[in-house]
Amino acid sequence: MKDALVLVERFNAHPDSRCWHVAWNPTATLMASCGGDRAIRIWGKEGDSWKCLSVLQDGHQRTVRRVAWSPCGTYLASASFDATTCIWKKKNDDFECLTTLEGHENEVKCVTWAPSGNLLATCSRDKSVWVWEVDEEDEYECVTVINSHTQDVKLVVWHPTLELLASASYDNNICVYKEEDDDWECKATLEGHASTVWSLTFDPSGQRMASCSDDRTVKIWKCQNIEGPGDMSWKCVCTLSGFHERSVYDIAWCRLTGALVTACGDDGVRVFKEDPSADPDQPVFSLAAHVSKAHSQDVNCVAWNPKEGGVLATCSDNGEIAIWKYQDDHE
Amino acid sequence: MSVMLENENPVLFQRSGARLWTAADEDEGVHDPSTTGEHPLSLEELNVVEQVRVQVNDEDSTVGIEFTPTIPHCSMATLIGLSIKVKLLRSLPERFKIDVHITPGTHASEDAVNKQLADKERVAAALENSQLLEVVNQCLSTKNP
Repeated sequence: MKDALVLVERFNAHPDSRCWHVAWNPTATLMASCGGDRAIRIWGKEGDSWKCLSVLQDGHQRTVRRVAWSPCGTYLASASFDATTCIWKKKNDDFECLTTLEGHENEVKCVTWAPSGNLLATCSRDKSVWVWEVDEEDEYECVTVINSHTQDVKLVVWHPTLELLASASYDNNICVYKEEDDDWECKATLEGHASTVWSLTFDPSGQRMASCSDDRTVKIWKCQNIEGPGDMSWKCVCTLSGFHERSVYDIAWCRLTGALVTACGDDGVRVFKEDPSADPDQPVFSLAAHVSKAHSQDVNCVAWNPKEGGVLATCSDNGEIAIWKYQDDHE
Repeated sequence: MSVMLENENPVLFQRSGARLWTAADEDEGVHDPSTTGEHPLSLEELNVVEQVRVQVNDEDSTVGIEFTPTIPHCSMATLIGLSIKVKLLRSLPERFKIDVHITPGTHASEDAVNKQLADKERVAAALENSQLLEVVNQCLSTKNP
């Protein structure tokens, strides 16, 4: 391991609370974070350091589990244990709650925008995945409710270019959905993890996914017929085991560098690099950098800066956000 | 509590009494007599928790506890586990990783209960439920006999 993960900055984002998630806006000028204090905080860079620009406090009655920026950067969606999803609109430096999406029976765990910005997906403890359509008047309409999982759905994520959605669940499985004949259907169920799948990320090409789990492993999945009609066939082509000491809570594939980073319940942050000479159907990943005590408590989230390759943000149960720079020895 | 007792006549065990103080004594939370929510006796008197089933590793900042439901179909197993977890979360320094499990082979839904107790998102959501939190607090509050 010659590469290094260097701490750039660390700050207390949600004092006396847990910071569940942090998200960069598309231009990487702002970050949004959320946590157990029921608040969403917007961060902007002033000089060399990140400062809190606003606190959105009155949107949710319970923990805010996840936040997501729309592809245009104008909207922010927040998913909460209070069973609702709020849509916020940025007006100059302020954020205004446009609408509250209701329908899930209990905790909403994740919200995510499709690359087009016209679709939104949410998932919940109620085992369902909902797809919402957005029109020009900022109206949101639920177009489908999919019940393919048998337990809580922990995360939903869109494919980087196609209208294709994937979800991860407490039932240990991953489901992949596509719209066919005006209806959203589960086109593949990926079985292989031995416990809860906490997170998923697509590789920059969209041909592969990486998943992380309570079983302390990371799996790489490859699809042969992603654009074709009908059922998809996904195959696990690589399992990274023996690296993580506890649950792996989040994973992110850098669109700019191709590096894979994980957030772990053992307080560590790890960067994995793919061997470019290996067979794509039998990829080989090696641990390129590891900070064992990246935070003093569980690391919940990792997010690559979408504009600056190698820069990433992490957040933790201790309420902190940290910014890191991954330095590749070969660059 | 005015609920029906699932196991009216449990085998009783002697409380281990006052322990000798040791420097690494991080686990005092569990040995405080706590009630199981269904029984007027403490978890220790019922042998639900025992000192030998508590593993503390100060250097690695880990605490592992196995608890033994009095009967294999005890419907309170999740609540007992959650109460033990909450007690430890409140008592131990934040650096500790806390693992609460059912003693292997002692409960019909062992794997399901263990998985639920290990899921911090579910635990966090459960503890935001004020009714459930009140029940947990009742389980943990008890008079010293």
